[in-house]
Amino acid sequence: MPLALEVKNVVKTFQSDSGEIRAVDDVSFAVEAGEFVALVGPSGSGKTTMLSILAALLTPTDGQVLIDGTDLARMSETERVVLRRQKIGFTFQSNNLIPYLTARENVELMIRLNNKFDRAAKVRSAELLSRLGLGERLNNLPAQMSGGQQQRVAIARALIHAPTVVLADEPTASLDTERAFQVVQTFAALIHENNRAGIMVTHDLRMCQYVDRVLQMRDGKLVKVYDTREEILALAKGE
Amino acid sequence: MNNISLAAYLSWQEVWRNRGRFFLVSLVIALITLLVLFIAALGEGLGNANRQYLSRLDADLLVYLEKTDFVIPSSRVERSTIRAVRRVEGVADAGGIAASNTAILLNGEEEVLKVSLLGIEPGRPGDPPVVEGRRISGDQAREVVIDRNVILRSDIKVGDLITIRSTQGTRDEFYTLRVVGLTEGQQYTFQPSIFVPYETWDRVRTKSDAERERASSTVNVIAVRLAEGSQAVDVSANMTTRIDNIEIADIQTAIENVPGYTAQQSTVQTQAVFTLLIGVLVIGGFFQIQILQKVPQIGVLKAIGASNAMVGLAAVMQIIITTTLGVALGSLLAFLFSLGFPPTVPIVFDGLSSAVAIVALLLIGPLGGMVSIFYAVRIEPLKALRLS
Ligand SMILES: Nc1ncnc2c1ncn2[C@@H]1O[C@H](COP(=O)(O)OP(=O)(O)O)[C@@H](O)[C@H]1O
Ligand SMILES: [Mg+2]
Repeated sequence: MPLALEVKNVVKTFQSDSGEIRAVDDVSFAVEAGEFVALVGPSGSGKTTMLSILAALLTPTDGQVLIDGTDLARMSETERVVLRRQKIGFTFQSNNLIPYLTARENVELMIRLNNKFDRAAKVRSAELLSRLGLGERLNNLPAQMSGGQQQRVAIARALIHAPTVVLADEPTASLDTERAFQVVQTFAALIHENNRAGIMVTHDLRMCQYVDRVLQMRDGKLVKVYDTREEILALAKGE
Repeated sequence: MNNISLAAYLSWQEVWRNRGRFFLVSLVIALITLLVLFIAALGEGLGNANRQYLSRLDADLLVYLEKTDFVIPSSRVERSTIRAVRRVEGVADAGGIAASNTAILLNGEEEVLKVSLLGIEPGRPGDPPVVEGRRISGDQAREVVIDRNVILRSDIKVGDLITIRSTQGTRDEFYTLRVVGLTEGQQYTFQPSIFVPYETWDRVRTKSDAERERASSTVNVIAVRLAEGSQAVDVSANMTTRIDNIEIADIQTAIENVPGYTAQQSTVQTQAVFTLLIGVLVIGGFFQIQILQKVPQIGVLKAIGASNAMVGLAAVMQIIITTTLGVALGSLLAFLFSLGFPPTVPIVFDGLSSAVAIVALLLIGPLGGMVSIFYAVRIEPLKALRLS
C-alpha cells in the first residue's frame, strides 16, 4: 500500500514586482490513511499555497506530490479534474456551498460529480449530515444556515465520496470557540473512522489537540513537526 | 453524458430556486418577443396593403411606359400596345390594368368607404380569381368583383348593388354597379380593391372636364403571363425591341417600386433589428452581472472537480431555459393580442416571418450570454480559496 499523500521537496515561487516570492520552500512530509495533520503558521507562511498544491489546483515549481502513489505533475489537466472529484475532499474558509442547493443537495453534488448518485447515496448523505448535527437542516439552503452549519455541510461534502485526502482550509475561522471545538472533534473522528488522510490548515493552535501531528510553517519552510501527544497538547494549551 | 445531466440539474436548480429573478428576465424577453413579433406582423400587414394585388397577379411581368421608373400611377400605356404584347413570342396572355380611386357609399350616403378602383380585362391577366360568386362577364358589364376587405369594412354582400361616387370635372356623379363576385387578399395602395371591366372603369372613374370629352385609350400597366417554358429575360428583350416606349419589370421589381414600399419595409426591418439588438444587450448584461456574482461558487464547483465543459454547459442551459420561456410567453401574448385586433389594423401574423422572428429571438439569449459563458469557463478554481 502506497502512502495516501507524499510531498517531496516541493517549491512554489511567485513572481511579483518586488522579485521572486518563495511561498513554499522545499517542503517534504507524508500523511498516512487514517492520520489527521494540522498545518499551522503565521499569515503569509505558505499554508494556503501548500493546500492548493495538494488539491491539484496549483502546480509546484519544483518537487513532487503523490496521491496514492501517483505523481500529480505527470497528470494532464483533465486527469487532475477527475482526481479532484474522486480522491480529494475540500473545505474552504468561506463561500463553501453552492447557494442554490440545499444542505443535502450540496453533499449529494459530490456524488453526482462522480456519477454515482443513487438512493443509497441519498441515505448516506442524510446520515452523514445527521452525524454532524444537521439532521434538521437537510433541506435548508445555505442562506438559511449559520456559518458553523455551513462549515459542517462542507465537511460532509468533503467526506461523502470516500476521498483519499481531505483538505480543510481554516474550517473554524467563522465559528465561535465552543462550536469550533465541536466541529474539529467530529471532523477528526470521521477522518479516523473512515481511514482518510486529513490535513487541516488553522491559525488557532487550540484546535491542534484533536490532531495526530502538527506541521509548522514559516516563510514557506516547514520549520517544526510536533508528533508526540505531549508536544501537541502543550502546543494546543499555548505552553 | 454525466456532464449533460449534471449541467441540466444545476442550471435547473439555480433557475428554480431563484425563479423570481429569472422570471423577471424571462418577462423582459417576453416583452421584447411581443414587440418583435408585432413589428414583423406590422411589416407584413403594411407590405400586404401595398403589394397584395401585385404579388397575386396571374402574371410574370409588368409593362410600363418608358422612363416612369416602374411607378404605376405615372405610367400610361396605349391599349393598342396590349395587342402588340400578346403577339410577342413567348407571351401566353396579357391584360391591361388601370388604377384609380373611388368611394363606395354606405348607409344611404352617410358614410363612404374609400377603395382602389381597378379596371381589368375580363379573363385576362389582372382579372382576380373569385372565391364566391362569379367573374365579370364582359367588357361592358356594369359588374364589380370586390375584395373581402370591402366586406370586412361594410355589410356589402355578393348580389348587392353598390353605388360609387366619382368626381367628373367639377360635379359628383353616382354610378350603380352589381357585385357579382368576391375575391380575397387583393389590397392595393393601402385600400381594399374593387374590380370592374376596363370600359366601365373608364366611364365611372374620377376625371377632369377635359378628359370627359373623349374616351381614354390608355391603361397604367400591362400584366404579362409568359408561355410555358419561355424565359422572362428573352421575352422582355423581344418586347423591348418590337415595341417602342416601354419598360418591363418582373413582379418583385414592380412591388419594390410601389411608391414608399421599400422605404417602409426597411424602416420596419430596422426597428425589428434594433429591438433584437436591445434584447441581446439586456440579456447579455443580466447574465454578465450574474456571472460576476457567481465567481466564488463557480470556483468552488471547479475546485471540487466539475469540468469546464460542465460549467459552460450549465451556463448555456440556463440561458436557453430563460430565453425559451420568455419567447414562449411572448409568442402566447402576441397570439392572444392578435385575436383582439380589428381586421382593419394592418397587422398580419404570417407563418414565415413569425418563425424567422422567433428563431432570431431564441438566438438572442445565447448570443447575449456568450461573453458570460466564456467568462464562466475561464474562472480559475483557485479563486475559491483565494477569495476566502
Ligand atoms: N498568486 C500569488 N501571486 C503572488 N504571490 C502569492 C500568490 N499566492 C500567494 N502568494 C504569496 O505567497 C506567500 C504565502 O501565501 P499563503 O499561501 O496565502 O499564506 P498563508 O495561507 O499561510 O497565509 C505570501 O507572501 C503571499 O503573498
Ligand atoms: Mg491562507
